[in-house]
Amino acid sequence: MNQSKCRVCRGPAVIDLPRHNANFCAEHLQQLCRRQVEKAIHDHDMLSPDDRILVAVSGGKDSLAVWDLLAELGYRADGLYIGLGIGTYSDTSGQYAQAFADERELELITIDLRETYGYDIPTASKATGRVPCSACGLSKRHLFDRAALDGGYDVVVTGHNLDDEAAVLFGNTLRWDIDYLARQLPVLPAAEGFPKKVKPLVRLTERETAAWCIVRGIDYLLDECPMAHGNRHLAYKEALNAVEARSPGSKAAFYHGFIERMAPLLADRVDAGVELHRCESCGSPTTGDVCAFCRVVATASTHDPVPVEVVLNKAARKAYLAQMQEIS
Amino acid sequence: MKVLLRNPRREIEVEGGRTVGRLLDELDLDRESHLVMRNGTLVPGDARLDDSDVVEVRPVISGG
Repeated sequence: MNQSKCRVCRGPAVIDLPRHNANFCAEHLQQLCRRQVEKAIHDHDMLSPDDRILVAVSGGKDSLAVWDLLAELGYRADGLYIGLGIGTYSDTSGQYAQAFADERELELITIDLRETYGYDIPTASKATGRVPCSACGLSKRHLFDRAALDGGYDVVVTGHNLDDEAAVLFGNTLRWDIDYLARQLPVLPAAEGFPKKVKPLVRLTERETAAWCIVRGIDYLLDECPMAHGNRHLAYKEALNAVEARSPGSKAAFYHGFIERMAPLLADRVDAGVELHRCESCGSPTTGDVCAFCRVVATASTHDPVPVEVVLNKAARKAYLAQMQEIS
Repeated sequence: MKVLLRNPRREIEVEGGRTVGRLLDELDLDRESHLVMRNGTLVPGDARLDDSDVVEVRPVISGG
């Protein structure tokens, strides 16, 4: 039996990476991941050695991988986990996040939406008529911004990887949404009421971040968020992976080509014509009188709690109930 | 050999004597979206799987 050799040491490989036209053993896979993250941080001026960093942690592979990588590279990084109230999915994801932090003696801050703000994501979706991913994204962005500013952090790190960014770019390009394209950058600088936000995993695919977790012995939540089942983002990823299978390196060329050659042409569209003032309720920047987060809180916190399965479509509900059977 | 699949979690029995790449092709699973572990260790596409192996096929795509 066996099996391809590591490009670096000629030992037995654990992974083949067609986009690098190479195979790697566990040790040199880690070296590759570290170097890709260091390059992203350096090329885009993401972090300084003295920065106080807040990592957005979900308990999934990407957020735990980026937190682990930053700690490995010597950065001072705390985590922030938000309990979204998405049934057992949220309970389990919180346990993975806490176990990771405890094992490495890292600081994990936890905010529970229902305890602190009186609502959860399924209820917000039902009460406001927003699709669940919209209610979730809005809540997370607001709370990460708030926690970073209140906690004196210099920068918020998210675990968005190359697949995430290429899929969002693909969607924005299909719609020619120029304003979203202009803002789709690996670094968003700090602005009045907003912390700096960076994405150190933009040079790693999610297959690579998952492999990082496996070879590092990181337990992460394998289940998919039931509310994301069948969403457009996943369809874009599948489409891009079909292209990648035929032409390895296409995702990286698509995304990094955009960042290097197209994004500079859109630079004058970033924040163009948007006047922000302070939310009357919480003081966060907003285009209206009251920010979207405070409007969600006002509507959702007075609504009866809604179980997650109520807001899932038929296919998602079927997948969720199958997941529940696994657990029981 | 036993093959563990995820989302939803299920276990199937597949005859050994094939590579990881061939197993994924036969299960109609995209290589870019999956990793395969043999007896708890990550293995590349040309690794051979035998009847006595316990195999886990782990999807890596997330939707958020």
